[in-house]
Formats: sequence, structure tokens, C-alpha cells
Amino acid sequence: MTGDRSEWEPKIVGFLCNWCSYAGADLAGQSRLEYPPNVKIIRVPCSGRVNPLFVLKCLSSGVDGVLISGCHTGDCHYSEGNFHARRRFTILRKLFEYLGIDPKRFQMAWVSASEADKWAKLVKGLVEEIRQAGPNKLGHR
Amino acid sequence: MKIGVFVCHCGTNIAATVDVEKAAKAALNLAKVKFSTTYKYMCSSPGQALIKDAIKEKGLDRIVVCACSPSLHEKTFRECLKESGINPYLLEIANIREHCSWVHRDRETATRKAIEIMKLAVTKVTHNRPLEKTHMPIEKRVLVIGGGISGIQSAIDISFAKFPVVIVEREASIGGRMARFDKTFPTLDCAACILTPKMVTVAQNKYVTLHTYAEIEEVTGHVGDFKVKIRKKARFVDTSKCTGCGACWNKCPAKVASEFDLGLCKRTAIYTPFPQAVPNIPVIDRENCLYLKSKKCGLCQKVCPFGAINYQMQDEIIEEKFGAIIVATGFTQFDHSVYGEYGYGKYRDVITGLHFERMANSSGPTGGKIIRPSDGKVARDVVFIQCVGSRDEQKGVSYCSRLCCMYTAKHALLLKEHNPDSQAYVFYIDIRAAGKNYEEFVKKVQNEYGAVYLRGRVSRIFEKGGKLIVRGADTLSGAQIEIKADLVVLAVGLIAQNDAAKLAQMLHIPYDQNNLFTEAHPKLAPVETITSGVFLTGACQSPKDIPDTVATASAASVKALGLLVQDQLEKEPLVARVDKNLCSGCQACIKACSFNAIETKEVEDRALKRKRTVAEVIEGVCSGCGNCTAVCRMSAIDLEGFSNRQIMEEIEVL
Repeated sequence: MTGDRSEWEPKIVGFLCNWCSYAGADLAGQSRLEYPPNVKIIRVPCSGRVNPLFVLKCLSSGVDGVLISGCHTGDCHYSEGNFHARRRFTILRKLFEYLGIDPKRFQMAWVSASEADKWAKLVKGLVEEIRQAGPNKLGHR
Repeated sequence: MKIGVFVCHCGTNIAATVDVEKAAKAALNLAKVKFSTTYKYMCSSPGQALIKDAIKEKGLDRIVVCACSPSLHEKTFRECLKESGINPYLLEIANIREHCSWVHRDRETATRKAIEIMKLAVTKVTHNRPLEKTHMPIEKRVLVIGGGISGIQSAIDISFAKFPVVIVEREASIGGRMARFDKTFPTLDCAACILTPKMVTVAQNKYVTLHTYAEIEEVTGHVGDFKVKIRKKARFVDTSKCTGCGACWNKCPAKVASEFDLGLCKRTAIYTPFPQAVPNIPVIDRENCLYLKSKKCGLCQKVCPFGAINYQMQDEIIEEKFGAIIVATGFTQFDHSVYGEYGYGKYRDVITGLHFERMANSSGPTGGKIIRPSDGKVARDVVFIQCVGSRDEQKGVSYCSRLCCMYTAKHALLLKEHNPDSQAYVFYIDIRAAGKNYEEFVKKVQNEYGAVYLRGRVSRIFEKGGKLIVRGADTLSGAQIEIKADLVVLAVGLIAQNDAAKLAQMLHIPYDQNNLFTEAHPKLAPVETITSGVFLTGACQSPKDIPDTVATASAASVKALGLLVQDQLEKEPLVARVDKNLCSGCQACIKACSFNAIETKEVEDRALKRKRTVAEVIEGVCSGCGNCTAVCRMSAIDLEGFSNRQIMEEIEVL
């Protein structure tokens, strides 16, 4: 982490489910919607694939914000994976609150394959929020 | 390990924003990358040849392609690896087009991000394992949901290849929307004359089974092996005995508004929706039958010469297996009662195009007379209003319904033919007549049939002296216009069926904000969905006219047949696997699995010298969602292609 705050750019990891959100981000590209480059996408088959350890690993490695994005409730390609993800997210966020980690750093969203616009807006908003929250001091880097 | 990185220019799609040469050079700094290069179109055959040659010459054993989304060419490049003698799963795609060059403008930023995306892919590919596809049997039958023109055409096409097809139609007869039309644009073929022969063909076809008055209850399973529960609603008429003689509906005393004729006439409680119904077997509408409501009447049972009426009949749920599913559920009409300017749907003489269609039909409720529903007088001055509900983000849908311009032109023509003294006025925003002979048809209606086209919107309709006063603007001349009309016909838009989202959720196919089903790719896979084995046809995907609907029906059939002709179905090997040494046998994964793809198994623990229970994945059933992996306390269960280690290391290199 560079000490100079003006050079700092939020680093965000987005775990995107293959069927809805990853495809929604693809559509954002096909629609040439511009958004900030801060979110690095890790493709997972389902939002329910995201192990809480991945999120902890992100935050401990100096990532400033983590996003899990999946299909809307009821629309999961695997029926109920996003319900599992949502439950895990709620618990994990409680833990973060207890630990004094700004809950803004860990967010969850539902973006369908046709919601390119929503994806672009989500990234813009998220980058702004994490910018407000400042650099993640937990990181060893 | 020797990793090769191939960066695609995609013409200028990537190269205009990403410095591909710089990216290729940066790849060489990454661990285990031995070779990198760029090419204009990596997916083309010279592009693939480049990869193949590099594999041979440089002895590469893992490949990263930095190009478009994996949803487009992951398969292409896997095949390319396979042809070069490398296991096709030793490939990763870095999506530097959709997720990078197309969403960023600044070259430096985009190049930096592209390199980061590449870094993730290189890290990931390092831990890919060679995998083999598994094979599964295919249930060689097709389910077609919806018995309109789209479903009928699909079923006929599949029957040509001699595979069994089942049509599930929720109405009492097949035929769908097209059965209600009078003539079809631009050729003015009589709709019934081209549809009813197809309805009869499909019903007589030995490969086709019709389940009318039936609905899909549940869908489980996957491509090649869908298990579908079908609710056959109680008809209260024994289909094996009924001959369709009509004795019952001629005597039935309960009269209600006919849905088929949009309330323009009445039907009886025991009825067939229209005279050419297939099957020509009535159903009893349980809401309105006097016997079923209050045990009074029973007339139909008394008059039926075949003893076919059975008031005790119950809904029946049958379960059948299918290898592929074609969704042909069509559309419904936009409800114009949200528009105050058109009278909130309260004027009887403000009708929709479909009402007009029924009136124009010689076997319809008015016997082919175009009249005012309020008083039965012949309609002389008729105002047509286009884009009702379509292209209206405030009250309707944002999209263009595509056929209203054409059907309005057709109605203006039919009006003149039916009532030679009449005059048609058409309020439009734009004329969209894109189709073979469509523009010519609209011109003909204007020039030869004297329809007056007014570019502008209607601001108000109100009743005065038995007429409808239509106020609007002609934006071309700038004049305010007031027309004393006998009849107003609204060209209402096409929208998704009310329960479209529910069906999509059952089938696990995506749908958009308008509840229209989403195709796998708008250009390259227009009738496929991302759910393998489920195909789309007709207006359930987007508004389509009859030619387009029939074309997509045949396209979907070909795709379904492409599956069925295979001896066995290839299944992606990206499934979960259990490390039996680590598994504690807690069975949390079994609870997390929605597919019943994990079983318990007894293994001999050599260290403890006793038997131990562990989890085991049934490969053919596992769908590769990875939900099991997130609940495993021991990290004993992992997912091929998206392993814990791969994701952890991706995070590490960010």
C-alpha cells in the first residue's frame, strides 16, 4: 500500500456467478457501457460457490472491497445456490461488524444476465463507496 | 509446465483500447509462461493454427487465451487444444473484451486491467487438471410447451425425424393466438386456412402426443434427462368416448363471455373454444357449470349419447421424461386500461386489434361484420392508434412490439373491404415495416385503400352524441385534429405471459425485465438458452410475427434434434470431487446439494483399521454448482475448474 492517499485506487474483487451476473457484465460490454476499472472479476459457477474463506482472504490480502453477485432470488440456475450465498453473507457481515470492519467493504448484489445497466451502475456506486471508506488497513500489502 | 499466452486483437474491438503487444510482453514476466503472442482474430482458423503450431514447436502444455467472454469461444479453444493433443481443460480464457476493452476508454487503464485479468487466468490455469468428459444416456423425446403456431411447427419438424414429441397446451385446444386471426399480412392468407391443416396434421401424427388443457407442474433433471410433471386439468369429458358431436354445448344453459372472442359473444359452460378446435372435445368450465357449482342441471350428461360426461373427474398429474424442452409459450396483450387518454378501457367502442380481428373473421362473433360493439351499427369512421403500450417507458414497455404497424395496416385494408364506405385514420409515431413485402403492403393500404396516416399521438378520446371524439395532433402539418369516430382500434403491444417468470424459474432459464425469456446469445444462439437442452421459439422470447415465429420454431427443432441424434450426451467434467482422506463424514455437503448428487460410502480406514463413512459425488448427477464446497469444514470436497486453491491463488495475485 502506498502511503500517498491521492494515488490510492480502490481494489475490489467481484465474485460473479457464471449464469446471471457474469453474463450481465458481458452484456454491459456488448452494450459498451463505461464503468470504472477497479473491480476484478473472479468467475464462479454460482454465488453459493463462494466460501467465506475467500472473502476473508481478500480482506486480509489488502483488497478494499468484496462483492458477491448472483442471480435474483428464485432465478438461480441451480435452484437455490443464491439462497445459501445470502445466508452466508448475512452471517459473515455480522461477524465483520463485530470485528469493526466497515460493512461497506463486503457487499452482495443480484444482477441478472439482462441487467447490463444495473451492473455498470453497481460498479460505479461500489467504487465510490469504497473510495469513501478508504484503504483497507487490514491488508499486509 | 509451459504456459502459452495468446492475446487477441479482435480486429480493433480489443486492440483499439488495449495495447495487446504490451500485454503479450507482460505475460512473459509471469511464472511458467514460456511463450506469448498476439493475433488479429485468434478464433479464426489461422489464429487457431497459430496456437496449434506454438503448442507443437514450443512444447506448450497449458494455454491462456486473452480474448472475448468464455461464453463465446471457450468451446472453440478447447477443441483447438484437443486437436493439438493437449487435454482441452488445460485452458483458461481471460475476458479482456466484454469485461475490459468494451467498458473502458482510457488505453493505459484498459491495458493495465487487461494484464491483471490475464494474470488471474495464468494463475488459474497453473492448477487446472486434465479432465475427461463423461457420457450419459439421452431420453429421446421432446417436450414442447405451448400449442400455438410455434409449438405446432416445432412438433411437426421433430416428427419428421421420427422422434416422439409431447405438446402441453393449457387451453382446451391447440392453435394459440393465430387461431383467432382473420387474415395474415402481407399476403392476406386466411389464418385458419394455413393454420388448421397444421393443427390436424400434428394431431394425427403418430409421433406427436397432445396434452391439451394441461400445464407444467414441475421440471427437474437436466439435459438428456428432464423429469416433468404435467397437470392434466379435469375436462369432465372422457376423451376416449367423446366424438365432439356438440349435443352437450347446444343444450348447456350456463352462458358466459367467450375468452376466445374476447367477450364479444357468449359461450356455454361446456365448450370448445372455437369450431375448428383440436382436439374437438369440449371441456367443462368448473367455475361456471351449474352442476359442478350447485349440483343443479346435469343436462349435458343427460344428452350425451356416448356417456362421455363425468362430473367426478379429477386433475391428474403425470410424470414423463424428456431429453430436450422447447418453450413456445407465446405472448399476451398489453392491457390498455392504464391509459386515461383512451378512456381507461371503459368505452365499449374502443377495442384492441384482436377484437377487430375477431369481428373481421367470417366465423367470428359478428359473422364478419365490423360493427360498433355498443350498438351493433356498422363502423364507418375508424381510428387506429399505434404504439399502445409499446415504446412507452412510463406506462408500458420500452420495446417496439414489431407487428402492430403491420397488423394495423392490414386492419385498415380489411375495414375497407368489409365496409366499402368506411374511412380509416391511423395515428402513428413511426412506421416500422421491416420485412419482405411489408413496406409495399403499407404503401398499398395508403394509396389503394385510402387509409389516412397521421403522424402524431392522440391526446384524448371522449363520447359525444353516440360517437367517439378523437383528439390528436398531426405533427407533420402541425394541425390539431378532431375525428368523429364510430370505432377506435388500439394497436396494443405484445407482452410476456403473466406467469412467464414462474415457468422460467422452473426451467432455470433467464428472463429480462419484461419477463421475456433470454436467449443464450442474441446473434449466435438466438433459440438456445444458457440451460442446456432448453430452447426458445416464438414470441415468448421477443415479439415476433408469424414468419419469424415459424422460422424460430424450425430452428429450435433442429437444435433439439441435434441433441437427440447423439448416441450419448457428453457431460462437462467440471464436477465436485471428495478427498476421502480429508472427509470427516459430517454430510453437510449432502444437505447443501440441491441435486441429490452426493451419497455416503463406507471406506476402509487403514490407519484406524476400521470402516468409515465418507461422502461420494455421483458424477453424472453433479451439476458443478459448488455449493457443497462452501459448507465443507474440512475442505475435503472441491470443484474441478473452480477449485479452492485456484480461487485462493487468484485472490493472492491480485
